[in-house]
This record gives sequence, structure tokens and C-alpha cells, in this order.
Amino acid sequence: MMKITVCIGSSCHIKGARQVAERLKNLISENYLDDRIELSGTFCMGKCQQGVCLTVDGKFYSVSPEQVTDFFEIEIKGRL
Amino acid sequence: MIQEKYKFDTKVQYLKYKVLREVAKLAWEDKLLENVMDIPKMIIPGKIPTMRCCVYKERAILAERVKLAMGGNPENPNVIEVIDIACDECPAAGYEVTTSCRGCLAHRCEDVCPRQAIFIDQNHVAHIDKSKCIECGKCAKICPYSAIANRKRPCQNACKVKAISMDEEQAALIDNEKCIACGACVYQCPFGAIMDKSYILKAIDLLKNNKNQKVYAVVAPSISSQFTYAKLGQVITGLKNLGFHTVIEAALGADMVAQAESRELAEKGFLTSSCCPAFVSYIKSAFPELTEHISHNLSPMATIAKYIKETTENSKVIFIGPCTAKKSEAQLENVKPWIDTVLTFEELQALFDSRDINLTVLEEDVLDNASYFGRIFARSGGLSDAVSQGLKEQNLTDFELLACTCDGIEECRAALMKKKRNILNANFIEGMACTGGCIGGAGCLTHGEKNKAQVDAYGKEAMEKTISDSVSVLHIVKK
Repeated sequence: MMKITVCIGSSCHIKGARQVAERLKNLISENYLDDRIELSGTFCMGKCQQGVCLTVDGKFYSVSPEQVTDFFEIEIKGRL
Repeated sequence: MIQEKYKFDTKVQYLKYKVLREVAKLAWEDKLLENVMDIPKMIIPGKIPTMRCCVYKERAILAERVKLAMGGNPENPNVIEVIDIACDECPAAGYEVTTSCRGCLAHRCEDVCPRQAIFIDQNHVAHIDKSKCIECGKCAKICPYSAIANRKRPCQNACKVKAISMDEEQAALIDNEKCIACGACVYQCPFGAIMDKSYILKAIDLLKNNKNQKVYAVVAPSISSQFTYAKLGQVITGLKNLGFHTVIEAALGADMVAQAESRELAEKGFLTSSCCPAFVSYIKSAFPELTEHISHNLSPMATIAKYIKETTENSKVIFIGPCTAKKSEAQLENVKPWIDTVLTFEELQALFDSRDINLTVLEEDVLDNASYFGRIFARSGGLSDAVSQGLKEQNLTDFELLACTCDGIEECRAALMKKKRNILNANFIEGMACTGGCIGGAGCLTHGEKNKAQVDAYGKEAMEKTISDSVSVLHIVKK
């Protein structure tokens, strides 16, 4: 099971964490990956300057709402 | 440099703050135990008394304040305690005619009295027959010379649930069964003889250990009317400088509550709100037959804290707000697992200054989790607005909301009385024990007329405009 954690602290929220999380959720379902990817959230990863912050199995990424689709293709699907 | 005393409404708060600050300062340095006895002398070094009969009494009272700052009497379950030796045993005779009575001819006092309790002597001077007087105060209001005074103790006057009486030595005595821990007496006692217990040491312990755990600050939306000498963003930076991992709005918990509470209301048809712990405790003690109508939702504080703890391992949550009753709520069995401790804004100011954190020179950080509706919970009427919005957003429009907004515990009592007698024309009681809502809380640094406007302005600054928008992300990412 791959685990994606999206930061939903204030700073990332302002930079579009909700849009990132919504898009990821949709991409996961569209690709029938619900049983292979767990999407979770946490308040603040301590790297507010680099938001929207997220981690994939502990590895840190900075992903804006515009970059989510590409990020999903390369970093998520590529690794599954 | 801001003058310290201007951060507070009263000198009593300032004194309490000085004690908290010294206790906190020593606790950070791990020097509290060996120096605790010296704190009163540090605060009152001179030989000339400024508050009481002598410096020794002043220091003795300060020693009691130090105890309360360190958590108070563990054998007393109430978070509100009387400092016996600080109680000035104020006169408590009720309404009395003073020497200002000029013996006029109109005798409006006599005419207005509904119980014929006022009689006039041969010099036309008014007197009150205590056996008839019902303390309605009409005579005092109508006297053109303001010659009738209410010799009621400020603490008893403040305590609308009538939990304060006098002990054999005439000192104030709190009935723990009736007390709802709202803190009105704490704020109103002009001698500072009633204080809320402080858990500032617990907070410092948690923060000292922040290398091994994430310590979250959950702040009440009324913070928008506090620390007005600095910007809210600077307060957030200040909190992080204290060692908090991050700051989260309790208002996000309020959004979650508004969503769930509007559903629960539509389902059950009648509810009383569960956000204000003093209101909930009042229903349980004074109207036990209405307990079944209390909303089953945890308060916004506990709701968001539960979410944090369920999503982040090794997390601790400190709630920071205007409320002394939250200290009580945090001890409830169903809240205890989520809230590690509670601080008031007064205590937060002491905590900042114990670390010499000057908010005004800090960079501004951001705080944005909740919607407008979650944020306006801080003022009376906000919760009802949010529930109405929650019904709308969830298409529960078949249910017609008839909210009874109770501003202050007296209005709460009136509504609950009507409900008990089945003559209340409402299906939702929003109960706020403090007048004005949370912005009137006893743990606020300052209380001002602009506070409501400040809360509304802060509400409008929220990025998310609807409850569903602010809450949706929580549903998406929850494990």
C-alpha cells in the first residue's frame, strides 16, 4: 500500500492543498487505485515555504495544484 | 515598547499575569522548585504596601496566586478557586439607601417599588424594609440622586447561576455543584480573590519536550479580538517560537460541528448546542430533564483535537482560548483523550513574556483553516448562523430552523425555563454563558465594544467561504 500524505496546515491550505487533495483523490479513483494508495493528511510538515507539501511513503515533494496531474503520472503511477 | 498593563482591562489581571509570567520563567529554566517561595518578594520587593494593609499580607496573597498558577488545590475538582485571604469580605446587604438621600418630596422610589418595601420617615428620608425587598433594583434606577446603592458583592452579582455564597468568616464560597466555571466571578472580583487554576506548567512541560512530539496549538476564533497591539500573523509566529509545531483554528472544528449539528438537528427536531461547556454544564446541573436534548457533538475544540490526534501520531494538543470553562471540559472523560491542556489568552500573554517574545517585531505567519461560519462561533449568534448555513449546504431545507440565540447565561436560563414548560417557540437553543459569546470570556486580555466587529472581519478574511469547502479536505484525507 502506497501512502500519500498531504499537508493541510494553514500555509499549504492557502496555496491550494484542498485542490491538490481533491485532484489526487479523483486521479486515484479514475485509475482504480483505491486499494493500492492510501490518501491521508496532516497539519503542517514544517516546510511552509515549499507548499503545497506532500509525502509519498515518507519522501517529500512540493506540488502545486497545476502540477498534480503530471506529478501523479510520473511519481505515483511510475512507482506502482 | 508596549506598556505591559495596557494589555489588560484591569490591574487585577495584570497582577495575576505577573505571577504567571514569573512562574513560567522559572519553569522554562528548570528553577521553579528552588525559587518558588521567592516569587512574592520578587513581585513586591518594597516595604510600602500598595494594595493591602502591609506587604506581608500582599505577599501572602501572592503566594496563593503562585499556587493557583501552578495548578491550584488538587483536592478541589473545580477549576475556579477562592483565595480566602484575598477576599475583602465586601458588604453584602443588598439595596440600601445611602446618605445621598435628600428627603425629596416626589418619593419615586416608594411608588416604583412593587412590594411596598420602601417607607419614608418624618424627615422624608427613604428606608428599605429588607423583609419585603426582592432586590429588583427599580428604586435605585429611578432615584434622581442615585441615592440607593446595591451592596451586593461583585462576585455574587456576576454569578448568575447563584453558586456563590458566604462562609462563616464572610469570605466567598463556591458551590461546586452549581458552578459552571464560566469565570464571571474571576473577572468581576475587584480584589482578584477568585482565580482560575492555571495549567501553564503542563503546557511548558509539553513544549519543552517538543523534540519527541508534535505540540499543536488550537486557537479559538476570539483570538481575532485579542493581542490587538500586534497582528494576528505575529501571534502565530510567537506561538511557533514558543515551540508549537503549528497553529490550527478551533474554528475548523466549529465548521465540522456546524455540519454535524445541522444534520443532527434536522433528524431530531430539537437540540441545545454543545459548544459552550458552561452552558452544557448548566443544563446538566440546573435542568437535568433537558439533558437528552444536548447535541451529541463534541465541542469545536474537542472535535478538531480528535481529528489531529487521529491523523497524526505522537501529537499533543493545547487549546488556547478566552474560556475558563474549557479547563473543566478538558477533564471530561470523552474530551480528555484529545486535549492535553488548556490555556487562556491571559496565560498565553504571560507565556510569551516569560520567553521575552515581543510580538510586535516578529514576521507575520498565516492562519487559515476554517470558513467564515466556523470563525463567527466566537460571538453570540454565530453558531445559529452556521447551523442555518449547514442545513442549506446539505440540502436539509425541509427543516425550518427556529433558533433561539441566548446571549449570556441569564438568557440561557430564560430559554431553558420556557423549554421545560413547553412554551418555547424554537427548535434550536444556542447557549453562550458569557455575554457577547466567547469574546466576553473571562480569560480574554481585553473586552471591548469592537470585538464583535473584529470577529466578523476575521470571518470574512477566511479563504474558504462555505462550511462544506473547509471541511471537505478533512474527509478526503482522513485515514
